[in-house]
Amino acid sequence: MSAAEEVVAEGHQAVAAVPKRGMTLGTGTSLVVLAALLIMPIFVKNFIIFQMTMLLIYGLAVLALNILTGGSGQFSLGQSAFYAVGAYTTAVLMEHFNVNYALTLPIAGVVCFAFGFLFGQPALRLSGVYLALATFALATAMPQLLKLNFLEHWTGGVQGLVVTKPDAPFGLPMSQDMWLYYFTLVVVIAIYIFAVNLLRSRSGRAFMAIRDNEIAASAMGVDVALYKTLAFGVSAAITGIAGSLGAIAVQFVAPDSYTITLAISLFLGMVVGGVGWLPGSIVGAAFIIFVPNIAEGISKGLSGAVFGVLLFLVIYLVPHGARQVAILGQKLAGKLRKN
Amino acid sequence: MSAVTGKLAAASLALALVAASTSIASAQKKYDTGATDTEIKIGNIMPYSGPASAYGIIGRTEAAYFKKINEEGGINGRKINFISYDDAYSPPKAVEQARKLVESDEVLFVFNSLGTPSNSAIQKYMNAKKVPQLFVATGATKWNDPQNFPWTMGWQPSYQSETQIYAKWLLKNKPDAKIAVLFQNDDYGKDYLKGLKDGLGSKAASMIVMEESYETSEPTIDNHIIKLKATGADVFMNITTPKFAAQAIKKNGEIGWKPLHFLNNVSASVGSVIKPAGFDAAQDVVSAAYLKDTTDKQWDNDPGMKAYVEFMTKYFPEGDKTDNGTVVGYSVAQTLVQVLKQCGDDLTRANVMKQAASLKDFRAEMLLPGIKINTGPTDFAPISSLQLQRFKGERWELFGDVISADAGG
Repeated sequence: MSAAEEVVAEGHQAVAAVPKRGMTLGTGTSLVVLAALLIMPIFVKNFIIFQMTMLLIYGLAVLALNILTGGSGQFSLGQSAFYAVGAYTTAVLMEHFNVNYALTLPIAGVVCFAFGFLFGQPALRLSGVYLALATFALATAMPQLLKLNFLEHWTGGVQGLVVTKPDAPFGLPMSQDMWLYYFTLVVVIAIYIFAVNLLRSRSGRAFMAIRDNEIAASAMGVDVALYKTLAFGVSAAITGIAGSLGAIAVQFVAPDSYTITLAISLFLGMVVGGVGWLPGSIVGAAFIIFVPNIAEGISKGLSGAVFGVLLFLVIYLVPHGARQVAILGQKLAGKLRKN
Repeated sequence: MSAVTGKLAAASLALALVAASTSIASAQKKYDTGATDTEIKIGNIMPYSGPASAYGIIGRTEAAYFKKINEEGGINGRKINFISYDDAYSPPKAVEQARKLVESDEVLFVFNSLGTPSNSAIQKYMNAKKVPQLFVATGATKWNDPQNFPWTMGWQPSYQSETQIYAKWLLKNKPDAKIAVLFQNDDYGKDYLKGLKDGLGSKAASMIVMEESYETSEPTIDNHIIKLKATGADVFMNITTPKFAAQAIKKNGEIGWKPLHFLNNVSASVGSVIKPAGFDAAQDVVSAAYLKDTTDKQWDNDPGMKAYVEFMTKYFPEGDKTDNGTVVGYSVAQTLVQVLKQCGDDLTRANVMKQAASLKDFRAEMLLPGIKINTGPTDFAPISSLQLQRFKGERWELFGDVISADAGG
């Protein structure tokens, strides 16, 4: 076996098999989290609501990557490209065609599904680190593609596009930020339920069979090519919707917003949250939003280094991320009950 | 046209009335969020990490300068509380940090936030909230737009005004020039190119023989230089960032292309561009400047330079004195201190903008002699003049008069 092959083999093992029931939270816990998310905005400032909205949006993008990597075992460092396509679809539709913001979300989802599905075709021939590199290329190319001259009329080129923030409908007495938060929350919950059901369905089982052993899956009659590209399409569609919501929340899109750094952040969020554990997506998103702020609070000049140390500690102490912490907590609770 | 002037007259009359009424009421103190009897809270956003982290030194210099001001007793008895956040040059992060500054830290205004993309991202928010986005650290021309964005103001000369100055000089001294342009394919490069075309006016089409662009991802721009040489142009307009500027100067030397070479101010640093490219190849290159070069011997006995060096030694000893960023940070902080002094005890957001728009012949010590900061209700471009300089031996030599050009957004 050559060195390259070994790396590929290791790459496959990096995604540990997660039993499908282990991918979600119990009903009780879910309801508590949901209640907390619903009540929270009433007590905090608009700025915190905005941060929570961004948390949900990044959580959604991490969830999408989790379906791809945790579900079907394929790596992607190109999520920022899908995120950008979603964001630009919404921005262009809203600003040039006056389409209602809510309608732009499904359109962005469909556009990104097609984009992801098509990209999944050539990516079929690649696996492990090679696939990661191919998607990396997509992420590095995207900001430049958005700057292309013939697209500039639509995309605004490097200057980007300013997006108008929607007001609360029906004269509801809430701020734009609060309305957008609840709007995002509804979208995220709907997609979360969809994702959980998808992974529990026949397709989900096919994804996981491919992740665990491609040859065995194919022998059992799973159409490997179809399901692999399908996973890419679904992941891209969800990322695109996250991008749309992000464009509305930030009110601005520009090529520099969607660089490879974003793709790596999302990847980081997935690992910190626990690969294959869907609720961990929110924890991962919290990590990529709040930990840089904490690092900056510790040292301005060395914020990058502090962030690196914090990340290292997390990976070293809890290599399976938030999932590991949750399992530990569950065990502790079980022991306490027995005593 | 007459309707416009009528409106302008009415507006200036209203302003005069406001000015008169405030001078009467100046005895009483007026505050907006972020200002008190003892403190002025100022927000700032800088790329301390990420691809543009080299600019982070500007924010650190400003922090050091405000420390100096506070130790000397503050401004009209008020200490400056300078809150600076990192946005890693990412627009979404800039929005988050701007909202944190305005809504959570409750600053009086945001000062010298850096980067065209980041400032574009927060401009609409800042103007909707009516919080000043003062002296932004970018050379894009669009910040001078008081009609649409009355809460946003730039500081440094805009990219367009710089190439307009080159164009003015060319029209006067070399009207039959054949110009070859190399520019970076982004907002910065395109802004410069637009200034050149506007400056040349109707002669732009006949004078510019080739416009060649490059991407920052290209490892080298040698092939572009060879292409430009082949046009037989006798003027080379070099609109490139430091790394590529050094490559261009070096390649010109290697292939023996000796046109009149204009190098944009962005890359005029002796330390990071000219020296790596080689002094021989850079002889007679022309550029424009508005700040004193710290490596230039002619300023050794200049009082402004001495004050700067003293400040750096005492308050920011770890900072690089020869870095252009420290000079920018020092000078823009001085401009702000002047604005706050003018505000007196009326520290409202509206008055901060009003005073920022009424700077008259203000001199930050590190500006070149003859360059003054002037603003007005319709002129939100504080520095709009530059002086040409030519590279001789191992340093820049200033020549000609200070030339001004006001480019509107």
